[in-house]
Amino acid sequence: MITFERVTKRFEPWTAVDGVSLTVEAGEFCVLIGPSGSGKSTLMKMVNRLIVPDEGTIRVGGEDIAMLRPEDLRRRMGYVIQNVGLFPHWTVERNIATVPTLLGWPKARVRDRVSDLLDLLKLDARRFRDAYPHQLSGGQQQRVGVARALAAEPAILLMDEPFSALDPITRGALQAEMTAIHKATGTTIVFVTHDMDEALKLANRIAVLDHGRLIQFGPPLEILHRPANDTVRDLIGREDWGLKLLAVETVGQRVRPDVEKVPGAPLPIDAPLRQAIAEMVARGTDRLPVVDARGRPAGVLHLSDVVRS
Amino acid sequence: MRPGSTTVRWRMAFLTDRLTLAVAVLVALVLGMPLLKPLFAAAFPALDRPLYEADSFLALTLDHLALVGLSSLMAVVAGCAAGVFVTRPSGAEFRGILEAVATMGQTFPPVAVLAVAVPVMGFGPKPALIALTLYALLPIVENTVAGLEGVPEAVLESARGLGMGPVERLFRVELPLAAPVILAGVRTAVVINVGTAAIASTVGAKTLGLPIIVGLNGSNQAYVIQGAVIVAALAVVLDFGFDRLAALSVRWRRG
Ligand SMILES: Nc1ncnc2c1ncn2[C@@H]1O[C@H](COP(=O)(O)OP(=O)(O)OP(=O)(O)O)[C@@H](O)[C@H]1O
Ligand SMILES: [Mg+2]
Repeated sequence: MITFERVTKRFEPWTAVDGVSLTVEAGEFCVLIGPSGSGKSTLMKMVNRLIVPDEGTIRVGGEDIAMLRPEDLRRRMGYVIQNVGLFPHWTVERNIATVPTLLGWPKARVRDRVSDLLDLLKLDARRFRDAYPHQLSGGQQQRVGVARALAAEPAILLMDEPFSALDPITRGALQAEMTAIHKATGTTIVFVTHDMDEALKLANRIAVLDHGRLIQFGPPLEILHRPANDTVRDLIGREDWGLKLLAVETVGQRVRPDVEKVPGAPLPIDAPLRQAIAEMVARGTDRLPVVDARGRPAGVLHLSDVVRS
Repeated sequence: MRPGSTTVRWRMAFLTDRLTLAVAVLVALVLGMPLLKPLFAAAFPALDRPLYEADSFLALTLDHLALVGLSSLMAVVAGCAAGVFVTRPSGAEFRGILEAVATMGQTFPPVAVLAVAVPVMGFGPKPALIALTLYALLPIVENTVAGLEGVPEAVLESARGLGMGPVERLFRVELPLAAPVILAGVRTAVVINVGTAAIASTVGAKTLGLPIIVGLNGSNQAYVIQGAVIVAALAVVLDFGFDRLAALSVRWRRG
């Protein structure tokens, strides 16, 4: 869907992005992570030509984006930034309708689309449709920001640290929303963060950048199990590597297909191991029954299997 | 609530509104000045002619307004255009020059500008128009630049990122957000010009300054008062009017 071919961008004398080659597949949730100044934002902004690369080619759906009019390219992609940047003089409805209006959609269609998006982002239409951005909390503003980016049903959504300014609870809720939206729409998402927990939670694949170079690109488990170098290890955090692993691995990966009867409420098979450990501690037990997606018994999870590597 | 009551209340609000009152006072002064002749005669018994009658106050007021309006309009068009230009990437290098010129325009006292304009353009409303336009330029340019610069970076970035072109960004986002600041500049310019236009009658422009100048030359205090009172009322009306416009331009902040 998005292909970077040896892409370089310099802000003399600094090289912000250095010969990055990378392919983001259609429908993928790709997270860019790296220390501050590693070139994440620069790399992302080259996708919608807010920044033009000095060298290399970027293709979207096979097309070289240097050949497209920037405005047309951008209207096909959603864009969400940390500081939201809602238009303060427009209502929530008009903000969300920005791109459909630019594209000349009929009024009735725009209105319907805004209603759907308010629902999708769990914003009460009666309360928020005609509100102005300053009347919204930070979390609500970013929900509108995401709705605005999704308005014209873009195939690609670019998000630059969209939830970094939010409190942990609001951030968690919006992360869950993003996972659901990604599942429901199949949009290709490129998401910048410097928070490894967020990356592990959201990503299909994580791209680690350092000093403008692509250090590692792989699924969360691979990043955890085979960090390419010390930068990646630092981003994971050496102390709570084990806890991060528990957050990523699921019960299904450790369950014993026993028929043994274990009392207590069962765990869903796709729950993270972290949740299983929490349940074991809370219930004072070392084994829990597990059920599959349809609620049928799927075996037993033993503490000893969780801690075995 | 009865159906008619909101209209009635609205009418009451309109009647007690300070802008309406100021306009009423101005109109009364302009049209009713001749009725005050006995009053001025009593106050200044030494004067043969206690009422300025060479021109009607209505004609003077309209000419005064036309001069202020035209010069302000030209300054708004030129000032906004210049302010927009120097805040675009293509015009950034002219910003220093523009600000220097506009500041210089404002350093000259208006009388000096008028004095310089006369030998070039002769007597009449033309040099006055030029002087007033130059004079109004600085606050408008300054505020246009400040207003456009005050648009938050995140707003501009998302406008760009969502696919607005430069023209759409300017007219749908930047100018509406800068409007309150630009309007404040226009207000300053207009209020200054109402006063300066009075001085312009020294170079032969017919304005409300005429009775004042004539009165000062001929030691006729009544003329001076008649001109000055109307100029003052006019300034107040315009100031209140801009207050109203300013409130409209930020309606979304209360929304
Ligand atoms: N417009 C610019 N002019 C000069 N240097 C720039 C510009 N934009 C970015 N840089 C530099 O390029 C490097 C990469 O910047 P970038 O914004 O991509 O980093 P980042 O990974 O997004 O960092 P952060 O996590 O702090 O947002 C930085 O060293 C930055 O100083
Ligand atoms: Mg960044």
